[in-house]
Amino acid sequence: MTTIQTSMPGAGKVIPRSSAWDRLRINRNWLALWFMLPAAAFLLLFLAYPLFLGVWMSFTDDRIGRGGVFVGLENYEWLKDDSIFWLSVFNTLLYTIVASAIKFAVGLYLALLLNRHMPFKALIRAAVLIPFIVPTVLSAIAFWWIYDSQFSIISWSLIKMGLIDHNINFLGDSNWARASVIFANIWRGVPFVAITLLAGLQTVSPSLYEAATLDGATSWQRFRFITYPLLTPIIAVVMTFSVLFTFTDFQLIWALTRGGPVNATHLMATLSYQRGILSGRLGEGAAIATAMIPFLLAAIAISWFGMQRRKWQQGTDND
Amino acid sequence: MTDHAVDHRTAVAPTVEKDDHSEGMAYLESLPRRIVTLYIPLFIIVVILLFPFYWMALTSIKPDEQLIDMERFNPFWVIKPTFKHIQKLLFETNYPQWLWNTMYVAAASTFLSIVASVLAAYAIVRLRFRGAETVGALIFMAYLVPPSILFIPLASVIQAYGLFDSPLSLILVYPTLLIPFSTWLLMGYFKTIPFELEECALIDGASRWQILVKIIIPLAVPGLISAFIFSFTLCWNEFIYALTFLQSTQNKTVPVAIVNEFVDGDIYKWGSLMAGALVGSLPLVILYAFFVEHYVSAMTGAVKE
Repeated sequence: MTTIQTSMPGAGKVIPRSSAWDRLRINRNWLALWFMLPAAAFLLLFLAYPLFLGVWMSFTDDRIGRGGVFVGLENYEWLKDDSIFWLSVFNTLLYTIVASAIKFAVGLYLALLLNRHMPFKALIRAAVLIPFIVPTVLSAIAFWWIYDSQFSIISWSLIKMGLIDHNINFLGDSNWARASVIFANIWRGVPFVAITLLAGLQTVSPSLYEAATLDGATSWQRFRFITYPLLTPIIAVVMTFSVLFTFTDFQLIWALTRGGPVNATHLMATLSYQRGILSGRLGEGAAIATAMIPFLLAAIAISWFGMQRRKWQQGTDND
Repeated sequence: MTDHAVDHRTAVAPTVEKDDHSEGMAYLESLPRRIVTLYIPLFIIVVILLFPFYWMALTSIKPDEQLIDMERFNPFWVIKPTFKHIQKLLFETNYPQWLWNTMYVAAASTFLSIVASVLAAYAIVRLRFRGAETVGALIFMAYLVPPSILFIPLASVIQAYGLFDSPLSLILVYPTLLIPFSTWLLMGYFKTIPFELEECALIDGASRWQILVKIIIPLAVPGLISAFIFSFTLCWNEFIYALTFLQSTQNKTVPVAIVNEFVDGDIYKWGSLMAGALVGSLPLVILYAFFVEHYVSAMTGAVKE
């Protein structure tokens, strides 16, 4: 009896207060709002808002140090007749397509190698990932030295082997410069592709391969009809990220060539930095950056359909 | 292939089966075949992947005259290594300051992002508020927005807030790169924690906050470490924002300083440049060496979701 009596008034007192404060405290939606607040604040202030601001700026003649006025499509009309802009679009597409295709091929090959049994497997896997850990700019600086016009170790080795008779001007010649930055990008990207695909490979049951081998499948058939279909969803995600980051690459180019020689390695991102920040024409820079968005959406859409195919293969219920 | 391999199966099988029975079919391969199809390609790829670091390390301890004389000295090796470049780097430049800036910015923004991500991930996975799935999808979309299209408008935002040339600008902006990733990763971890634990605590009268701090976070420690390592590496690596927002020499981060401050016409710059790149990479490589598994699970976990 006593316990009930003492607890009753307490409970009675809480109920009226619950209407305002406790509802905020208990109600899921309100509580979630508080929990989401810090993340939402960061993302809205420094991601969503700048994204829209960037699109808006591309329609103005904003410059560093003075506000701009709305000029409609003028920036884009300028870009339409700007051969350097179109060169940068071409370079970006070339860079993205060649580097991504090779990254995919070499990455998948490396993943298949790493998935096999071997001694020191963990150590080798850890070593493979190092290019991805080291800051891109710092490894780009190492490549800069490797590609040096006078003291390049590659030129030196090839000369000693008798394959060439003078130094290759890696970063001074347009085509060599393109090949060099693409190689450095592949070098940096392969570990990411390989290790993520390896994680996908490890989820494939070995019994499938055993069964296929008993049925007389060759190693190519095992890859084509077991590994590849089961790996498709993870390939779609990995390649989306890879394409996205290659397409918007900035730091590797900036550290190696700054867009040179004669704009041969200018990507859209580096051109946007040069026009927007260094020359101070923010509006024009923003227009170049905004012009990247349709390409990015296309890349995401393609991989999205890759994912849809997975749903179709595995049934609609996949989580 | 099989005919050839069967002859050698007895020789190879014992070692294979002892080590790893999941690779049950490895015994079908002969050793020479493995050398050609596995060890040689793997060796070549690993050498190419690691060579720039070897070259970086070698150059940073090479005396100047050996750097530019490739006829008398074999460039692949070093005679009488010197610490002159590293010493010059640490005592005659602002390098320690840049290293400190990088570390400070990376640690602060990683901390902020992880706090925000834990709260957001918990809310999305466990509070299941109205629209939780949409918010989750939006956060994933935020992951796909690259810095290269944001740095120009962000520069004017930063200018408007009066944060230009301040490390605070980076500390506030980097979480936009880290939160989407960490939230997504932590959502995966939180989903694996049994809901029953939480129900018990709710019945015992714990508040959501207490549940988060006393039950969920201790159980998600591996996930938190993964998120921390990956975020920290990402901050250290970030370049375009740091390049755009920071102006004065003493405020720069290592990647920006290396590119802007060391580049002069000096033919002997390579030693200190490589030393700078090496010293700037080592902290991350050491951190990585201790947490390889966490790092890998962070990288693959975010992709697998």
